[in-house]
Amino acid sequence: MARPQTIEDQTHGRAWRSLLRRPASPGDRLFQGTTLLAALSLLGLLLAMAAYLFYVAWPSIARFGVRFLTGSTWDPVKEVFGALPAIYGTLLTSALAMLVAVPVSLGVAIFLAELSPRWLRAPASFLVEMLAAIPSVVLGLWGLFVMAPVLYPLEKWLASSLGFVPLFRGPVFGGVNFLAGGLILSIMALPIITAVVRDAILTVPAAQREAMLALGATRWEAISQAVLPYARSGIVAASILGLGRAVGETMAVTMVVGNGYRLTARLFAPGNTMASKIATQFNEASGLEINALVELALVLFAVALVVNLAGRLLVRWTVARAAGGGQ
Amino acid sequence: MMGATRTYMRRRATNYTMIALCGLATLAAVGILLLVLGYTLVHGIAYLNLEFVTQTARPLGEPGGGMRHEIVGTMVLVGLASLLGIPVGLLAGTYLSEFGGRVGSLVRLVADVLTGIPSVVVGIFAYAVLVRPMGTFSALSAAVALAIIMLPVVARTTEEMMKLVPQTYREAALALGIPRWRVIVSVVVPGATVGIVTGSMLAVARIAGETAPLIFTALGNRFGFAGLGEPIAALPLQIWRYAVSPYDSWHQQAWAAAFLLVMLVLVISVLVRWLTASRHG
Amino acid sequence: MLRARGVASLLAVGLLLAACGPTTQGTPTPGPSAGDTTPPGATVRLNGAGATFPYPLYSKWFDEYAEVSNTQVNYQSIGSGGGIRQITEGTVDFGASDGIMTAQQQVAAEQRGGPILHIPMTMGSVAVVYNLPGIPSGQLKLTPEALADIYLKRIAKWNDPRIAQLNPGLSLPNQDIAVVHRSDGSGTTFIFTNYLSKVSQEWKEKVGNATAVNWPGDVGGQGNEGVAGQVRQIPGAMGYVEVAYAKQNRIPWVALANASRDFIEPSLESTSAAAQGVDLPDDMKVMVTNSSNPQAYPIAGFTWLLMFVQQTDCNKGRALVDMMWWALHDGQQYGTALDYAPLPPDAVRKAEAQVRSITCGSQPLLER
Repeated sequence: MARPQTIEDQTHGRAWRSLLRRPASPGDRLFQGTTLLAALSLLGLLLAMAAYLFYVAWPSIARFGVRFLTGSTWDPVKEVFGALPAIYGTLLTSALAMLVAVPVSLGVAIFLAELSPRWLRAPASFLVEMLAAIPSVVLGLWGLFVMAPVLYPLEKWLASSLGFVPLFRGPVFGGVNFLAGGLILSIMALPIITAVVRDAILTVPAAQREAMLALGATRWEAISQAVLPYARSGIVAASILGLGRAVGETMAVTMVVGNGYRLTARLFAPGNTMASKIATQFNEASGLEINALVELALVLFAVALVVNLAGRLLVRWTVARAAGGGQ
Repeated sequence: MMGATRTYMRRRATNYTMIALCGLATLAAVGILLLVLGYTLVHGIAYLNLEFVTQTARPLGEPGGGMRHEIVGTMVLVGLASLLGIPVGLLAGTYLSEFGGRVGSLVRLVADVLTGIPSVVVGIFAYAVLVRPMGTFSALSAAVALAIIMLPVVARTTEEMMKLVPQTYREAALALGIPRWRVIVSVVVPGATVGIVTGSMLAVARIAGETAPLIFTALGNRFGFAGLGEPIAALPLQIWRYAVSPYDSWHQQAWAAAFLLVMLVLVISVLVRWLTASRHG
Repeated sequence: MLRARGVASLLAVGLLLAACGPTTQGTPTPGPSAGDTTPPGATVRLNGAGATFPYPLYSKWFDEYAEVSNTQVNYQSIGSGGGIRQITEGTVDFGASDGIMTAQQQVAAEQRGGPILHIPMTMGSVAVVYNLPGIPSGQLKLTPEALADIYLKRIAKWNDPRIAQLNPGLSLPNQDIAVVHRSDGSGTTFIFTNYLSKVSQEWKEKVGNATAVNWPGDVGGQGNEGVAGQVRQIPGAMGYVEVAYAKQNRIPWVALANASRDFIEPSLESTSAAAQGVDLPDDMKVMVTNSSNPQAYPIAGFTWLLMFVQQTDCNKGRALVDMMWWALHDGQQYGTALDYAPLPPDAVRKAEAQVRSITCGSQPLLER
């Protein structure tokens, strides 16, 4: 749905509002009030969620303090809860996802915006966007029954030939592990990154690349030296938004990440993420574990909030700059 | 001369390599999509029959059975969530587009951030504010969770679509002395209807496959839809339960259910595309 | 035109949904004042959640019971920890667990709704399953010490001498053992860790006995289904699941040395044997793991339904006790086909007494 903002958009609100300075009728006031209420409900929801999560998490926060974030034991028997392996799992799988998704998305976006024949552009864009529409649970099903069994022999081979690298050290357990989680996440982050990067590339003025081409540059030189630097902040913003998607994704990851709980650099170790830990344990927990899981949800909420806020603000800034540059 | 040629050759080689890589990346992305869809179609169709949509689940170990309750449940949940989420989203979007101001830009940011809040967190929220106080898992709590996920999507697309209505329309209507709210309702909204419907459908597509919030709210129901205050079955929930089960017959049902879910989302996406195309065309 | 059609179809969907709405006049709200809200003869809906261990039997029971009564019991297997949690929070009409609630959990539940009963429904045992192609079920022998060491990650490979010396006839691969455990709170875990705590001092001290513990092992699976699924997916895996799951999926299991050092495979007979020669307390909160009976399979136990003694909705309460009475008598016959051992007569008697003690507004609910 993202669409490059135009100058008209920016002046739109201002002009319209100045037109409306005349005294409002009761009907107008009622209408504006109702819509305002609906708009504020969004703000209310966000605040209510934050406040509620904090309230329920409080016993755990009070009990464990910082140790909740640094501890690596999750022991419902002794009621000791440390979230580090889950936080680490989220970071590791998201990082893996970015490592795969950002370069691929960049390639896809460049292809769609710069290289693709005209007739192919719309259908190819549609197909890539469709990737975002596949329900998470379906992707998880596919990951569990198709992707993991295919990865397993590859991982075994890697572990036996490159096992001296900590990342690839065995044992390998059937393809459900951090790597599988990261790969599934990369599939989920790919469409959103592609869409934002493509839009960013499309805002680059045509003169920019024409000048390069006129100087005798190849197409790739024009892209890499004139287009990509111009779209750089858009690319960063896109990556951050993709990261936001990866961090909060739940079902698909839960199904392929293995649900182990430990701190390890081994990509082939079964792991957990914050979201998968919550999804598999919240209904079953009792006592302090409930508070601890809600604190985990609070951490996840905060991370998602920060990442998405950063991404959105950067997108806005990029769009504003592009609009300014166009003048 | 030779040096220049070599440089030129190298530049050309780089050019073609990079172009090829970009094409390859696109092929890979589309390929993954086709792989996922392909597997779902092949596995799904193999086990899909009339019984699957008309029958209910059988006890474990007995052959046959279907997902009628889950299909109905998903329809009820999606419908109810739309009923709750779309009107509020429409109003909020209207405010963002037509009134805006400083409150508007704050709410716009909040809406963008809300779309990024993990659905599992929304599920916990709904569990706490509805399931526990009501004393039961329920269709209502699940629908509210889904509506919360829909809300910002609908609000933002509504805003974008209303902004596309030319400013001159509003000015012309206002010049006729029509009150502001009538202008919005009779001029702006009709002008943006296709876009708004499109946005709402995208939101529906997004929640139709949501699973995580349902774990804490819907619970599942072996006896079908029994009212808003009762637990309810849903396709994504059942796909998950069956996928992680060790039974081949349940895996088959999970694939068949996944096929239905993907078809639903696919149809919506194609419809959206057709609607947007006809608007631009 | 297009627009009008779009709006009209949206409206139609809305109307359709409104028409599909509930036909009953809302649902009874919980609380002491609720009393009778449904007219006699109308369908009573009960919601239960918890243990996955008896899920195949319960789904059979409640399908059958819906045919012979006007009660629909919606049972969802979310794990025993979930059953305990949800009955405590009052989000279900009954819970189900294969573990005994901890003292702390019982206090929490009693604060909510008074004393809570553990009513045994059937018996089952936990099979230790593995994924080693070429080694048929029951051929692999393990001692309690070896099992504990595998789960403590002290034995990491299948060809470890401590396994090999127990199985001189088998060619064990030089493969890592992927230890699979339940990722959710679970009664199966409760029985399993109860057993390990009885046979291994180190396990008792380091890990303990609960529906969810801090696992030294590798992979987690959601539910009995999840663990069995992981074991089937992962070559070299070992896990623990309810026997019915292992049997129906033809996952090979271990012959385990019991308290009298006989290697026993899980079966209906060896499961029932675990509860024979044992004194059963009136409240039935008893674990029969590591039974002294030489015929007993050592990881066996009861599975219970959890419900409050004082019911607040008399109609639902009556339906509940009727259903339990049916399950304790007519229902028992369905167990054997699904590999659940029927309750011994002594256990049935004690369960009956518990069902009779259930009241609504100080009136006993069972009309028998």
